[in-house]
Amino acid sequence: MKILVCISRTPDTTAKIAFADNNRKFVTEGVQWILNPYDEWYALVRAIEIKEKDPSSVLHLVTVGGPDCDVVIRKALALGGDEAFRVNTEPQDSYSVASQIAAIARDGGYDLILTGKETIDYNGASVGGMLATLIDLPFMSLAAKLDLAGNSATLVRETEGGEETVEIKLPLVVGCQKGMAEQRIPNMKGIMGARSKPLKVVEPVNVDLFTEIVSFELPPPKKGVKMISAENPEELITALHDEAKVI
Amino acid sequence: MSILVFIDHSEGQIKKTSLEALCYGAALAKQTGVSAEGILLGQISEDLTTLGKYGVQKIHQVENESLNLVDAEQYIRIISSLAESSKASVIILSHTNTGRAIAPGLSARLKAGLVTGAISLPETANGFLVKKNVFSGKAVCTVSIKTSIKIISLNPNVYPIVSGSGAAEIVKENIPAQPAGFVIKSVSKASGEIPLTEAEIVVSGGRGMKGPENWGPIEELAKLLHAATACSRPVADAGWRPHHEHVGQTGIAIAPNLYIAVGISGAIQHLAGVNRSKVIVVINKDPEAPFFKSADYGIVGDAFEVLPGLIQAVKKLKGVA
Repeated sequence: MKILVCISRTPDTTAKIAFADNNRKFVTEGVQWILNPYDEWYALVRAIEIKEKDPSSVLHLVTVGGPDCDVVIRKALALGGDEAFRVNTEPQDSYSVASQIAAIARDGGYDLILTGKETIDYNGASVGGMLATLIDLPFMSLAAKLDLAGNSATLVRETEGGEETVEIKLPLVVGCQKGMAEQRIPNMKGIMGARSKPLKVVEPVNVDLFTEIVSFELPPPKKGVKMISAENPEELITALHDEAKVI
Repeated sequence: MSILVFIDHSEGQIKKTSLEALCYGAALAKQTGVSAEGILLGQISEDLTTLGKYGVQKIHQVENESLNLVDAEQYIRIISSLAESSKASVIILSHTNTGRAIAPGLSARLKAGLVTGAISLPETANGFLVKKNVFSGKAVCTVSIKTSIKIISLNPNVYPIVSGSGAAEIVKENIPAQPAGFVIKSVSKASGEIPLTEAEIVVSGGRGMKGPENWGPIEELAKLLHAATACSRPVADAGWRPHHEHVGQTGIAIAPNLYIAVGISGAIQHLAGVNRSKVIVVINKDPEAPFFKSADYGIVGDAFEVLPGLIQAVKKLKGVA
């Protein structure tokens, strides 16, 4: 089994969000970078579990980003994976990222390609689906469980207010979400081993930019909480009805 | 040229989020001087001509019952074909599970720039600019779509449903359906529950509720308010509540009109799932709970004492015993 996991670098969840250059650029100074949680905890760990069960599997990781991404790629390799690819270009929009990955995945002979549901910075939720169409594979979004039996995959997917169990043949692209696996902490052996795993830098292909962020804004600050005494909870209901008009 | 709105339906009903998308599409069509049309795949017994009251002139229907099953590959193929034949300049979907399954593939197939999770109408005076939330709701960005065909998936509960009058023309499209490339083995649905992403009011519980056996008052309050129930991550991880109720950074992101958080401290990861709610109410025993900083209304108190009082007050408001 040959597996590809798409991983993305994102700012840490507690990062201070600020913009510069006339609100056109996200300020990266002082930002701690992490692996996008959906990519790491769900896509990557599930792939590692599959390889643990079938050690003859080959697990590749791919990222689109500049050299400063190497740190998080090594963190991913510390968790698992045989080899990583980094497409040497700053990630632009989802379509351009998907196109860069497609250039690698198309002839890679992968049975299974795993992506995270979305990134926590741009919340695009698009790379997996775009990649699947670009390389002509089916896409199973919002998968909370994935089991393999030979050439077949059984997935449990979230639906609105419920779930469905689907059976489909490989090869396949899967969008992974909560439930797929549990977050792991890399051990010393993994961290040491990651240093010598191959990290291949690949030059990007030419892609048209379909979309571009032209500005950012921060939401207006909250007016400040209106406290209501625990002795008079009915005042809250009155406020929600008369003032906020939400009930 | 036309604005094409994808109309999603389930169990014989058109989804509320699709009505929002229709109104959004109709407004955009009016703004840009083109026609607003809808696409519906599958069979539904509702009279689709009445959708005209949301401002759409025509509905393209591929009335094949097998299409009641959401088959992303097939939907992408059919919608692309209809987009081309109806000369669509913009395709609107909802940023729901269905939208997430098909919008990206549609974008790649049509080479159409996509903005997912749009929160307002595009600005079309100079180019085509669409706003969406980024950094898990901590900021907003404006995206320019540069392609001639554009795709927008609209966030639930950001665009109002307004109905006027008018009847839509139904055009039956003869596009043959193909067998799905997968098999559905089973479907489970929490019956009678309002889907979290569609709920206008959500009542949510955290670790402060101390255990699953204490959820009665939350469920009762939710029922009275016609609200959906939600929970924080530790509660879902502990198995107190089902996983699909978990709202937060790695759970579901919601934007209801009212979010009532009971016994939730308000960690950043939880906030990321609820910070776009219009009104946030926090009930917590701890006056230092960080959630109060993001709240519109707050009560410092014991949930088990406050909730019954709230329930009484809502009953009184609604004229219920």
